[in-house]
Amino acid sequence: MIFKFFNRIALAATVALATASAAVAVDISGAGATFPYPIYAKWADTYKKETGAGLNYQSIGSGGGIKQIKARTVTFGASDQPLKAEDLEAAGLVQWPQVIGGIVPVVNLDGVKSGDLVLDGQTLAAIFLGEIVKWDDAAIKKLNPKQKLPSTAIAVVHRSDGSGTTFNFTNYLSKVSADWKAKVGENASVEWPVGIGAKGNEGVANNVANTKGAIGYVEYAYAKQNKLTFTKLVNKDGKAVAPTTPTFQAAAANADWANAPGFYQILTDQPGAQSWPITAATFILLPKQPQDVAAAGEALKFFGWAFAKGGKAAEELDYIPMPAGVVALIKKSWAHVTDASGKPLASN
Amino acid sequence: MALFDFFFHNLTRSAAILVLLILGGVIFSLIYGSLPAIRAFGLGFLTTESWNPVTEKFGAVAPIYGTLVTSTIAMIIAVPLGLGIAIFLTELCPHALRRPIGVAIELLAGIPSIIYGIWGLFVLAPFLQQHVQPALISLTGDIPVLSSLFAGPPYGIGMLTAGFILAIMVLPFITSISRDVFDTVPPVLKEAASGVGCTTWEVMRYVVIPYTRVGVIGGVMLGLGRALGETMAVTFVIGNAHRVSSSLLAPGTTISATIANEFTEAVGDVYTSALIELGLILFVITFFVLAAARFMLMRIEQKSGA
Repeated sequence: MIFKFFNRIALAATVALATASAAVAVDISGAGATFPYPIYAKWADTYKKETGAGLNYQSIGSGGGIKQIKARTVTFGASDQPLKAEDLEAAGLVQWPQVIGGIVPVVNLDGVKSGDLVLDGQTLAAIFLGEIVKWDDAAIKKLNPKQKLPSTAIAVVHRSDGSGTTFNFTNYLSKVSADWKAKVGENASVEWPVGIGAKGNEGVANNVANTKGAIGYVEYAYAKQNKLTFTKLVNKDGKAVAPTTPTFQAAAANADWANAPGFYQILTDQPGAQSWPITAATFILLPKQPQDVAAAGEALKFFGWAFAKGGKAAEELDYIPMPAGVVALIKKSWAHVTDASGKPLASN
Repeated sequence: MALFDFFFHNLTRSAAILVLLILGGVIFSLIYGSLPAIRAFGLGFLTTESWNPVTEKFGAVAPIYGTLVTSTIAMIIAVPLGLGIAIFLTELCPHALRRPIGVAIELLAGIPSIIYGIWGLFVLAPFLQQHVQPALISLTGDIPVLSSLFAGPPYGIGMLTAGFILAIMVLPFITSISRDVFDTVPPVLKEAASGVGCTTWEVMRYVVIPYTRVGVIGGVMLGLGRALGETMAVTFVIGNAHRVSSSLLAPGTTISATIANEFTEAVGDVYTSALIELGLILFVITFFVLAAARFMLMRIEQKSGA
């Protein structure tokens, strides 16, 4: 009797679910990185008005996004930290960079304005290692012969929460400083030798703004919106560049995407006279053979639309669109996303 | 009637048993989730300070230390303050002031912890940094033990600030509960004491406090429980550094702050497991604190021969 009753409920639920999924089959769900959340939300809004297809994106962090797409609980995952080609293979996923951002060192020094101060990778690493502790250290003076530097202590501020920003920042320091690589390494969270940890970009921005002599690192958009003092950085070609749209895009265009399996390419320390050294892409992860073919197809349409028409919206929010050459490569890679019979889902 | 009683009896009993089942389930899943970390680090987890996600080497000393120190600071400030407010409200306060102060205390308890965190970060921390911490550092500069407690640059955020925030957050628990139990003292007892010539202080000391001891300790323990587990507000103001520093002005971390900060981006199995083991440790600490409180109450009741 009771068994029959439960059976009936289960049946009813199945029918309800089936009709529900048929009615909203075009809706896409995604989860992951918090950094691109504002632009994905804005794109989704415009896309829904144009096509009627909705996107529900939960910004739960890159690690969460990777876990969710591996468990196939969402249509796509998003991560600031790309998966290596062998991990993609093992999980049956494809991956591509969707939009670019930049990470900028910010400082709080009396009389120093944005772009006044020049730092290079080794010096930045030494500051965050606690080896350079005063602003008038010889290494900083050498890079800034004309700048008046106070003899105040350097207060290092870093992220306390695990974050793609930290991953890209520590990845850059590991590339330019063997010392950093050996002592700290690269990850979404690391064992910081010195400094205070603040929660989120806004926490770092606030702590740097409040503390004289502070240095921290934030997403470009936060530096710009909070009017923080950013520094210039010396890039791989030895040129001091400021964080701007052209220098971010130069780093993305100069990266060797064609020879990066699964687009595993971290945009820090890229060659080119114009390249900003701590540029970062944020990535999309999609199953090669999605269970929900309709949603995955819609997701590809959405991201194709975003490449074609979303550039202006991205720039308004201080993100940088992918260069056209890279987009062409990405679209080619979408042929690997197929339904059960092996037919590609992407129409272009 | 008998049938109704039977159902009522069983319904309430299963509700009570459900609590045990849920608790058991929580313990089981915490232990199960911790297994990879326990296997990887063993007891070393409890004695290692280093917390390195890159090499996946984890130790819990810094968060345990931070949890205990910030809670201790909070209780040192909040217990005398809370009891003081409660005594004032029940014994000395003019009637017109009683309600506004009482309502204010309860409102303090209703503020979400994230608000305390934001307020701590934007208002309290800069204030401490500019006015309180430099004074503390220069005042205690020559005193042997205190000078190492209040050493280092005044960041504004750190363990002392976290302790302050926690004190404000647990204050309403201690105050409200103490006030309520003070109100349960039969007026005839207080009147009798006053009648034989006791001062207000003596009435409190020899009548009210002994009569309400159990309730007051309960309130203090509830506050301590909140202080041990408080997450968001602490994360904002503690500085989140996995280091054990003798200075209270230095940044530190707590168990719950570490979990909240790192859970979303913890990718490796050992990393996630180490965070769950931290949760297990917090559970054990809270359990022992509550057990110690029970034990203390038992001793008091035995002594008073009740």
